[in-house]
Amino acid sequence: MIPILGLAAGVLLGLLFDPTVPLWLQPYLPIAVVAALDAVFGGFRARLDRIFDAKVFVISFVSNVVVAALIVFLGDQLGVGAQLSTAVVVVLGIRIFGNAAAIRRHVFRA
Amino acid sequence: MTTTPEPEGAEAAPPPPARPRRPWWRRRGPRAGALIGVLTLLLGFALAVQVRNTDTDQVLAGAREEDLVRILEEVTSRGQRLREQIADERAALRQLTSSDSRSAGALEEARLRADELGVLTGTLPAVGPGLRLTVRDAGGTMRVTDLLDTIQELRGAGAETMQVDGVRVGLSTAVTGQPGALLLDGRPITAPYEFLVLGDPQNIETALNIPGGVVQSLTGRGASVVVTQEAELLVDAVRPREEPRYAAPDDD
Repeated sequence: MIPILGLAAGVLLGLLFDPTVPLWLQPYLPIAVVAALDAVFGGFRARLDRIFDAKVFVISFVSNVVVAALIVFLGDQLGVGAQLSTAVVVVLGIRIFGNAAAIRRHVFRA
Repeated sequence: MTTTPEPEGAEAAPPPPARPRRPWWRRRGPRAGALIGVLTLLLGFALAVQVRNTDTDQVLAGAREEDLVRILEEVTSRGQRLREQIADERAALRQLTSSDSRSAGALEEARLRADELGVLTGTLPAVGPGLRLTVRDAGGTMRVTDLLDTIQELRGAGAETMQVDGVRVGLSTAVTGQPGALLLDGRPITAPYEFLVLGDPQNIETALNIPGGVVQSLTGRGASVVVTQEAELLVDAVRPREEPRYAAPDDD
């Protein structure tokens, strides 16, 4: 319940305040969001699997975001930022799809 | 209980075996719950902000270096094209303006030329230095050929335009009639014949007075000729303008 509430509140706050993303953060924010979404899907799946662990969730959430941002940052430094962020999004997307499939199996038994 | 292979996130850590199994919703403390709440709140916040930012036209600020370079190149080339267009238009404007002034100059020149031609053909009054030639002819010695000779002599000596007894002499002036009843362009002229001639007075007088010339031949047959140079003479008789009926200007 807490994650759903947090998500809803966060979306509401974001729409309400509508802050400007600082320039240095702009390349990383979308990647970070996708990485965090992956962590949330993983957590949801773990909950359905009844192996959810708050500590694991928090650490995976933070490390996902940090690693994704780091990869993009490294890519930018190497001059392949666009390609690496595409790669990160693709990998995270695959993971999200895999987790979503597991969740689907739990929810719909199919 | 799960049939899937390894879960893909690190979330699938095995439950700590030491602890007694509890329902999953009891397994986290209030601190962990708060942390999860904060993290998901951050996620929602970032999500909304990112969506908003992508919505609004700040795509450029978030674009990567190579994209920016491409966009910059596009903008630069478009600016280049626009600058070339401006240069073309400026050149066209300059050309139009200069051709305008050129045609104004040409018009002025044409007016000047029309005036000169009007003086020469006799359609405009003329003023300038010249001489007055008076032929007193009591006995009707002035024949058509004499008058014609006089006019030709004056022309040959550089007379630019002239009038005889108030009749302007032009290119197509006809001399007809009988001695004593001469007609110039069909209009009668009577003695004393008064020629008003515009041209170099000295040259013309010299030409008139050469042996065997006009003055000698006329005085030899009883007429008296008086030539006076004038610094300023007005030739005010005009001829009607003649439109050529057959000849047209060659524009080439």
